Amino acid sequence: MWTQIFALIVKELLAVLKDRRSRFVLIGPPLIQLLVFGYAATFDLDHVPIAVYDQDRSAAARDLVARFSGSRAFQVVATLDNGARINSLIDSRKVAMVLSIDRRFTRDLLRHRPAPVQVIIDGRNSNTALLILGYAGSIITDFSTAWSASHGGPPLPAVLEMRARYNPELSSRWFIVPGIVAVLTQVVVLLVVGLSVAREREAGTFDQLLVTPMRQIDILLGKGLPGLLIGVIEASVTILAAVLWFHVPLRGSLGALYLGLILFVASVTGIGLMVSSLATTQQQALLGAFLFMVPTIILSNFATPIANMPPLLQDLTQANPLRHILAIVRGVFLEGAGFGSLWPHLWPMAIIAIVSLAAAGWLFRRRV
Amino acid sequence: MNASLIRLGGLLRKEFLQILRDPSALAIAFLLPAVLLFIFGYGVTLDAHDVPLALVIDHADATTASVAGALAHSPYFRISRPPDIEAAETALTDHRIDGIIWLRSDFARRALSGRTASIGVILNGTDANSARLVEGYLQQTWATWLAAWGARRGQPSPVPVLVQSRVRFNPAVSSRDNLVPGLIAVIMTLTGALLTALVMAREWERGTLEALMVTRVTIREILIAKLVPYFVLGMGGMAASVVMAVTLFHVPFRGTIPVLVVTSALFLLASLGMGLVISSLARNQFVAGQIAIITTFLPAFILSGFIFDIDSMPAAIRVVTHVVAARYFVSILQTEFLAGDIRAVILPNAVALAVMAAIFLGVARLSARKRLD
Amino acid sequence: MAPTPDGPPALRLDGVTRVFRAGGRVIRAVDGVDARVERGSITGLVGPDGAGKTTLMRLVTGLLRADSGRIEVLGLDIGRDVAAIQGRIGYMPQRFGLYEDLTVRENLDLYADLQDVPKSERAARYGDLLHMTGLGPFTGRFAGRLSGGMKQKLGLACTLIRAPDLLFLDEPTVGVDPVSRRELWAIIDRLTGASGMTVLISTSYLDEAERCGTVLLMHEGKLVGADSPAAFTAPLAGRSYRIAAAGLGKRRLHERLDGAPGIIDATIQGAYVRVVTDSAGLPPLPTLLPDLDGVAADPVPPRFEDAFVARLRQERPALPAPPAAPSPDGAARDGEIIVVRDVTRLFGSFTAVDRIGFSVGRGEIFGLLGANGAGKSTTFRMLCGLLPPSGGTLTVAGYDLRHAAAAARGRIGYMAQKFSLYVDLSVMDNLRFFSSAYRLTGARRRQRIAWALEEFDLETVADAACRDLSLGYKQRLALAAALMHEPDILFLDEPTSGVDPLARRDFWRRINRLAETGVTVLVTTHFMEEAEYCDRLVIMAQGRILATGTPEDLRDRFRSAQMPDPTMEDAFIALLETAPAGTA
Repeated sequence: MWTQIFALIVKELLAVLKDRRSRFVLIGPPLIQLLVFGYAATFDLDHVPIAVYDQDRSAAARDLVARFSGSRAFQVVATLDNGARINSLIDSRKVAMVLSIDRRFTRDLLRHRPAPVQVIIDGRNSNTALLILGYAGSIITDFSTAWSASHGGPPLPAVLEMRARYNPELSSRWFIVPGIVAVLTQVVVLLVVGLSVAREREAGTFDQLLVTPMRQIDILLGKGLPGLLIGVIEASVTILAAVLWFHVPLRGSLGALYLGLILFVASVTGIGLMVSSLATTQQQALLGAFLFMVPTIILSNFATPIANMPPLLQDLTQANPLRHILAIVRGVFLEGAGFGSLWPHLWPMAIIAIVSLAAAGWLFRRRV
Repeated sequence: MNASLIRLGGLLRKEFLQILRDPSALAIAFLLPAVLLFIFGYGVTLDAHDVPLALVIDHADATTASVAGALAHSPYFRISRPPDIEAAETALTDHRIDGIIWLRSDFARRALSGRTASIGVILNGTDANSARLVEGYLQQTWATWLAAWGARRGQPSPVPVLVQSRVRFNPAVSSRDNLVPGLIAVIMTLTGALLTALVMAREWERGTLEALMVTRVTIREILIAKLVPYFVLGMGGMAASVVMAVTLFHVPFRGTIPVLVVTSALFLLASLGMGLVISSLARNQFVAGQIAIITTFLPAFILSGFIFDIDSMPAAIRVVTHVVAARYFVSILQTEFLAGDIRAVILPNAVALAVMAAIFLGVARLSARKRLD
Repeated sequence: MAPTPDGPPALRLDGVTRVFRAGGRVIRAVDGVDARVERGSITGLVGPDGAGKTTLMRLVTGLLRADSGRIEVLGLDIGRDVAAIQGRIGYMPQRFGLYEDLTVRENLDLYADLQDVPKSERAARYGDLLHMTGLGPFTGRFAGRLSGGMKQKLGLACTLIRAPDLLFLDEPTVGVDPVSRRELWAIIDRLTGASGMTVLISTSYLDEAERCGTVLLMHEGKLVGADSPAAFTAPLAGRSYRIAAAGLGKRRLHERLDGAPGIIDATIQGAYVRVVTDSAGLPPLPTLLPDLDGVAADPVPPRFEDAFVARLRQERPALPAPPAAPSPDGAARDGEIIVVRDVTRLFGSFTAVDRIGFSVGRGEIFGLLGANGAGKSTTFRMLCGLLPPSGGTLTVAGYDLRHAAAAARGRIGYMAQKFSLYVDLSVMDNLRFFSSAYRLTGARRRQRIAWALEEFDLETVADAACRDLSLGYKQRLALAAALMHEPDILFLDEPTSGVDPLARRDFWRRINRLAETGVTVLVTTHFMEEAEYCDRLVIMAQGRILATGTPEDLRDRFRSAQMPDPTMEDAFIALLETAPAGTA
């Protein structure tokens, strides 16, 4: 039995690797996408264009503006002489924020009255708006406490002393790049496995397989294991790229990471085989894979947090293998997690893998 | 009637009939957008609320109670009170909470004696974006507490600057209001490119194009007949999505319908043109589908400014985003929905879409010949 | 639209060449062809698989551009006036070019629009075409649900929607049953007779070539002959005989005659073996069949196929026949190895197979024949265990293959319709894979792979990707794969469709030898002449069995004054015509 399965695996791998186009699909896009998306997918603000409308023109105001222009998050691209252009600059998306310093700024500061500073933000991208608000708030607070201290103001009763576990710089690349590892692995495995049976059906070779002494379980394994192999290799390459190129720390247990990956790829393989056995043509298989892929990416915590979703939807995400592998990959990469703390994600994925593979096996038998 | 119009009519009828009879095309055109819009409309939000935090107070008194009160009043947090810092740390490691606020035993003493106490905050930084948002909310809460502290003592505020923020177009900073319009652009990319890429490749594969070509039909008629039905389908999906966004999810629409229609049309033409180019390059469904998936969904999701801010991307990546048609359309839609007809945004983006449409359609026209070689 | 004898020919090719490059190899698909097709004629474009027929069709319809040479269609240069030409010709590509998700009527409407047929003329035109093709009752049916023969007629109707001056048909009869073929030819004859239309038809059925006024014979991209069928067969006069020997089975006799000195072709036909000699006159029987008595030889008129085989044999000698192995187990030859009882198969409300029953004895070659949609493929798939029957029982070697242990499936070999091979893999990789799939290991596996390479003459292409092989090689490789594990029973589904007559002869020679060694062979086919190789056969129509028996029995049933010596095809058609309900 194992020689038959082994022969089928060799054949599947040869079929994938000997075809120039599918070889390219396996190697080219994942790496290009890892690079492009690794850089593109960031929630950090970096040189966001802002404008300054300084009506006070005092030393204190200049100090405040300097703190903005000196920050990596912002880049002052315009200095306004009057308030007329504030709205049009924001509306036309030339700047994302305008810092408006009131005429009474220094006067109020000296009189210990609240000195007004206005920030006007483009709310069309709400996430960016919130981040700008946070960054601007902390710059102004820093200025304000410094000014208070140097001008004999009352001492601060308490300050916030913030520390971030696992990701002290709060770099979102550290969050997104491990996520891309999982997402790309899913895409590749779905494409390889999801189309393999449909392709054989169209070519007529599937019947040929069924009349050989191979049992269905042999065929299932023979179709599934290459996907597992390709998926794990693909994931390993992207993990290496994440560590060596993006310098994302890899702190946790590699054993747990690979156990997670194997379970994940097994789940996706099962789903791919289900799609494969339901579809009669490659087009149907492709669309089926796609209909599965899009919602799972969105409901996975990849870029959109699950924590804020309605409880029902949150429960639903428990059935999404991508959600679990993302927790595992990020846990191992950033939090240094091991088997113990990842257990809550490992067992659901094992169940998903078993259920999807069993369902694929059942569909296989039914559709044959 | 003109012979060319009759030929075109025949082809169009055929395309429409095929669409109506192919469940997978209808699924992509209507089911996928509906499912996605529902998930996004009801489920996806980038805002944080009810963030689970642990407050650890080593020595409780009136001062720490004022901090606890300020935190409890914030709508952003859900505060729990573990007995000690060890228990809180365990909860953080186990992902039961997202952060810890720790007031040490000397907090009140230092605060009251003017020696500046520290409010220790430990966040789980894995999800950097959420952590940033929590940081921002904590700072607001802290500033409120400081102001109250000064007022209670009849002192000036220790934080002398008053930040007045105004968020234009989206005062509640609701992420749904900007995600839903962006999502429409992503969905339309799919409908356009994926469907056209597949249907044209299907004709190549089944040999029907070969029979079509040896008739009086011209290549221009074949291309127009491929464009029109999917254009109509796309505009239909677009209209349904907009109606859903406005009625179901209460996203404001501040622009005007004609501008929306014209820019949507330009975007769809660019998408459809891209699909035609892909299928004429691939000529078989397998490859066409893979190219379409790789070049449409993930780029539209990540490189369009739909979720990730383009201005914050490295320069090289910003250049890449310029070939993603969805980028221009996301900008147009967010402006049309939340801001209105702002010429300075709509015009350049519409021109960019028109140029992309012209290039893709031009390439499709040039690469399509009434021949097999 | 009467023929204008003084005008230019309907089609003229001068030195037309078209080259394809694939993976570093240069294929001269059409190589310096000069040809003329006269107006009002039916011209056949004949040649083995890979001869360049389809490329030539695509060149003259403007779908491909020639690398050199000149093509004139209806007096117009194709390089300059391709649009004008395409408005006046009709073309039916190999797969008929139908939209399967449109109905018959919608397909007709589409082509009427595309060919500028005025609305006012359509009703009459549709009426004619639907009447001519017999599709009248099916206008609301989806083209994808039509049988192969009906699709072919619909494809033809679509190309005729605006009566073209010149009609190109690319292998219109591939995969179509004899009744539909005959009907197609009746339509073509009517068209050329009545309206003076010119028809160029490519075909690999050589009996069809005899129905053409002129035949263009192609081989490896070159035009090797252009003449009337009679002129082709003239040199063969007095070289065709049929031979029968009392007391020697036709298969044994065929084996003796095949490859005998002076014999260039031997085929089984009914109870006789038909031979073609290398020169006029039959070698003396005692030298030809030394130790046989009661041998009778009668001259028969030559066929086009004889000419074709004679011509090609000069370039491609027959493969050495494998040595006949003695029957392994002579005693066991009588048992019934395949038994089908009361088997029914429903698809929804449609009854594809309706209570059929037959049995096949060990070592028999058993044929499953029928028109398209008769249910033979469904029966075949049920026998192989690929489809469960809705009712009844089938056993193969005592097992129902659908539930049989893997070991039972190890006893059968299967060759699917399209020679299902892994096209991305090399010949060697395919053999390695199938040998493992059939559980061969170690030395035995190496030995069988070596056997396959040698026996099927595949050594030279062992490392070539299957995709690049010609159909003949693919067929041999598919058979090699099916025989890897020396099965007791061999299932063959349309094993020779599309391959040329020489490859077909080689193929049947092997099958005959296998049967001689006790292997049971079950075969479906459209080629009625192949039915002659069967020991027994069933003919199916509309899911039922119309007749069971030996080929001779069936022909005897339809022997009459009008048909003193019916061919298998005559018998088949007569049988369908006398069947209780009309057939599609």
